[in-house]
Amino acid sequence: MADLAKNVAQMSPGETAVIAGFISHELSNKLLEMGFLPGSVVKFNFKAPFGDPICVTISGYDITLRLEEAAMISILN
Amino acid sequence: MKRLKVALAGKPNSGKSSLFNQLTGLSQKTGNFPGVTVDKRTGTTRLDENTQAEIIDLPGIYSLYPRSLDEKIVAEIFSDRRNNYFPNKVILVADATNLQSSLLLLTQLIDLRLPTVLVLNMVDLAAKSGQNIDVIKLSINLDLPVVLVNARTGQGIKELKKVLAGHIPVSRQKIYSIDEEILPAVDKTKQHFKLESNYEAYQYLQQVENLSFLREEDKAFIESLAKQYEFFPGKYQGAETIIRYQYIQDLLGKVVLKTADTEWKRFSHRIDKVLTHKVWGYLIFFSILFLIFQSIFAWAQAPMDFIDSTFANLSNVLKDVFPEGPFFDLITQGIIPGIGGILIFVPQIAILFAFIAVLEETGYMSRVVFLMDKVMRKVGMSGKSVVPLISGWACAIPAIMATRTIENWKDRLITIFVTPLMSCSARLPVYAILVALIIPDDKLFGFFNFQGIALMGLYLLGFLAAIISALVMKWIIKSKERSYLIMELPTYRMPKWSNVGFTIVSKTRTFVFEAGKIILAVSIVLWVLASYGPAQQMSQAESVIDAQIDNNEVAVDQRESLLMAYRLEHSYAGIIGKAIEPSITPLGYDWKIGIALITSFAAREVFVGTMATIYSVGNTEDQTTIKSRLRAEINPDTGGPRFTLATGLSLLVFYTFAMQCMSTLAVVKRETNGWKWPMIQLVYMTALAYISALIVYQLFS
Repeated sequence: MADLAKNVAQMSPGETAVIAGFISHELSNKLLEMGFLPGSVVKFNFKAPFGDPICVTISGYDITLRLEEAAMISILN
Repeated sequence: MKRLKVALAGKPNSGKSSLFNQLTGLSQKTGNFPGVTVDKRTGTTRLDENTQAEIIDLPGIYSLYPRSLDEKIVAEIFSDRRNNYFPNKVILVADATNLQSSLLLLTQLIDLRLPTVLVLNMVDLAAKSGQNIDVIKLSINLDLPVVLVNARTGQGIKELKKVLAGHIPVSRQKIYSIDEEILPAVDKTKQHFKLESNYEAYQYLQQVENLSFLREEDKAFIESLAKQYEFFPGKYQGAETIIRYQYIQDLLGKVVLKTADTEWKRFSHRIDKVLTHKVWGYLIFFSILFLIFQSIFAWAQAPMDFIDSTFANLSNVLKDVFPEGPFFDLITQGIIPGIGGILIFVPQIAILFAFIAVLEETGYMSRVVFLMDKVMRKVGMSGKSVVPLISGWACAIPAIMATRTIENWKDRLITIFVTPLMSCSARLPVYAILVALIIPDDKLFGFFNFQGIALMGLYLLGFLAAIISALVMKWIIKSKERSYLIMELPTYRMPKWSNVGFTIVSKTRTFVFEAGKIILAVSIVLWVLASYGPAQQMSQAESVIDAQIDNNEVAVDQRESLLMAYRLEHSYAGIIGKAIEPSITPLGYDWKIGIALITSFAAREVFVGTMATIYSVGNTEDQTTIKSRLRAEINPDTGGPRFTLATGLSLLVFYTFAMQCMSTLAVVKRETNGWKWPMIQLVYMTALAYISALIVYQLFS
């Protein structure tokens, strides 16, 4: 079951994955509006120097979000 | 002449401000939307021979559902047809390189049945990215006009104006069908408020708390409907977004002939490797800060001196021209120096905002947010607090207004609370004279100037106080609202210099009008307090001084300045200064410094002028005269100099921490919707200043 719970915060630089859904309802609409749509490909670019926040690419543009928010987005890969 | 209202909407980083600047040029005005603290930018443009348009620039948003203070205004304007700013036509600016997220808001505008033009901006970058869009097909599918624009060069603006001048039909597309369960409530709302579209009524239900134009009974009506149909704001929002994106993806599948490759962003990514590097990133950021700092001091000096002497000369010239009398004294000694005291800060503020605008234009500022977010969170703020804090070095007023982009209330409140502790430009003249007075002009290791180090230490002291206060507030304030950071990192670009120019003008104007009117009012009140006193004592001034001259106690050529000092001492300000003396004696101050503390309440730099008057230095132009006069001042209790190291340091610490700025309090009141926070801030900062100054004085004396 642990595999199912994989999320964007656990990805490493350069990795790509497909968005499965959201772990929490909170902020899910904000994330959807920013383009984190189930089925879209997300690429993990790099982390900020202290490991948080992170930068990812979604539908062709770069977005920064904190690990807390990234942990809400579950992925398949 | 036909007059139109045109709203400019779009997501952040879509080049909306460039387009706004292209359309309106120098006709633009800034202000606030009535009742809410959101920057309002409007301007006019001529569309054709008989049509003029007022362009309203709205804050950048991704969708109608707001998350920050700034964003609320958009839903408010678009769903209230009686609003003064309700547009006849809407321009939706889309970033052609990133159509998908740009079109989300457009689909909502279509459902609101607003006549809209879609502007595809940044077509040059889209071409560079290898993307190929069938614009005609896009226009037919959306059932609205589409115009290609490069807002940086102005290409396509003519075409856009032509389209705006003509008839724009409402798109017949229906993109989102409201959930059937809530449809009866939507119908009732639509009938009750006589609305034009279902989606507008739906927004009333979704955003009942955000729409400030709704009266209490309106809200009660909507809330009872919501209860009846088991609806709550936020319900179905996720589903709505997904349906809208499905529509957009289908559409883009039809009209995008060749998708973009990410190759063109490679250069931007390479820059990011350096600018967000754990060593280079911070090194570059702090170098930029140092450069900003250096230029505020170095480049602003000449224009500041110029403004200073111009106003002093103007006062003197008018003094000779005007007949004598209290009204003309008010003009030459109250109003003109008051205006001069406002304008003198314009160079520093303009330079600071020039830097901030360049950093924002290039896309670097969002990397600063990225770099600093974790550190700032540790002390209860967010990465977005960095820009307000840096702006605080110039002036707290535009800095506090810049906090509006912070979504989380607690993060924003803490930033507002601590920003006035950053040493603003009004403190610099006070620092300069006191440091020169008490710190020797020697060099450490023959290299570092002691006075320079002391000055830097004061800025650092203010910064540390801000950080520590933020930490304390983080523990005290409880908030259920979740803090988050979800933000686009735009591709690096060269700044567009005219945009930088417009930012400088608009920020400077904000300072002059927001802070200026209060500074002017307070300086007039203080001028009255310092010029008038109980009639009996004031009228004796001349005879007392003349008696001193007759007894050869003082020289004749000092008569004028001695008279001024005598009058100030016996004015209402002098009486207050003497009244507070017992409370400031433990800090090492006498009533003369007390008067200066009181007059500083208009603007801190008035300290220097007041000291000059009270120590009857005839010529306030010359800093060295004031310095030598202050140095010669004797403390009657000790027989030694009044301005000892202890008193000087105590005063410096007091000015670093004290909230001596009425304009800041007024802005905080407006931004926090009440007197609670400005009062807490005033009490806190005054207590901090008093206690720290007391400790410093007791330690060093």
